[in-house]
Amino acid sequence: MRRRYIAVKIESNHPVEERDFYEAVWTSILKLFGEYGASQAELALVDYDLEANQAILRCSHKALDLVRASIVAVTGIRNEKAAAHILLVSGTLKSLRRKLPGHKTADRGASAL
Amino acid sequence: MKFYADLHLCPSLERTDEARELIQKSAELGYDAVGVAFPFGVGQEKIQAVREVCKTFGLDLVTRVDLTPNNPASLLKSLRSLRRQFEVIAVLCLSKAVARQAAKDRRVDVVSFPSTDFRKRFFDSAEAALASEAMVSFEVDMSPLLRLQGFQRSRLLSFLRKETLIARKSHVPIVLSSGASSASLLRKPEDYAFLSYLFGLDFSGAMRGLCENPRTIVERNRKKLSPNYVAPGVYIVRRGEDCHDG
Repeated sequence: MRRRYIAVKIESNHPVEERDFYEAVWTSILKLFGEYGASQAELALVDYDLEANQAILRCSHKALDLVRASIVAVTGIRNEKAAAHILLVSGTLKSLRRKLPGHKTADRGASAL
Repeated sequence: MKFYADLHLCPSLERTDEARELIQKSAELGYDAVGVAFPFGVGQEKIQAVREVCKTFGLDLVTRVDLTPNNPASLLKSLRSLRRQFEVIAVLCLSKAVARQAAKDRRVDVVSFPSTDFRKRFFDSAEAALASEAMVSFEVDMSPLLRLQGFQRSRLLSFLRKETLIARKSHVPIVLSSGASSASLLRKPEDYAFLSYLFGLDFSGAMRGLCENPRTIVERNRKKLSPNYVAPGVYIVRRGEDCHDG
């Protein structure tokens, strides 16, 4: 199955835990596309850099548009104002990391939390 | 090179720190030009102050006024007095008569419609035909898509899907703007392009709405507002001593 890896920059005045970020994206997908849409996304959090406020998400390539729109539509995390900006999209994790400057590698495998 | 413009920032000009924050954020997100909506009768010193802030962050300021006339006569009156003062004139149409007048008037640059009062969204094929002839653009503010939830957002998306389809069929330029009054609702140009997937605008169409279409409006109006403009197609190319033959 073809996948896409998405690097995301999180902006918030408060520190954002990886579980909270993942939940915010998941909620956004559910709100915009419902459970059927969410089931097609096959979303997983691959990597999270708390210091840099960056995350890498993985999704099905067919659901890329859906996931990108949902990430951008995130306006709050844990009742605090927040925004998520898409930095890069790539077909492999290796090339994404190569193109992403300053990203600390803390690969935890593809966990769906 | 891409020229990204967000033609609709709505800072409260009374609170200069808020305006500054919005402008700074726009620069950080990669915009080249921002359109700031000024109220009627705004003083030149206020515009100059905002221009200075934009200059600090390397942004080009586009002066803009948002008109919300009650009837076509009031729109025409406002256009007569404001056209030479602002680079972009936007009309928020609250009635069908105003929408039709705005769409056929070449002095209007963009038309927009209320994002929550769906009975007042009058962008149909007749409106699009008039707008296409008069080169009036259809503006979509993106911040309501982030701000609204549930039923209201789904209704708005449904209207936007129909309206953008009509606009594209009639070759009406679509302009994507933030319409943001707070920095937390600002997104990168590419992010807006991804978000426009929700109402059926493809990536290239969205990028046109963020780059080419706003630039065309600004360049056209700056030419018209320059002292060398005489009439459509007629410009002063030389004046004074330049006119003497060698």
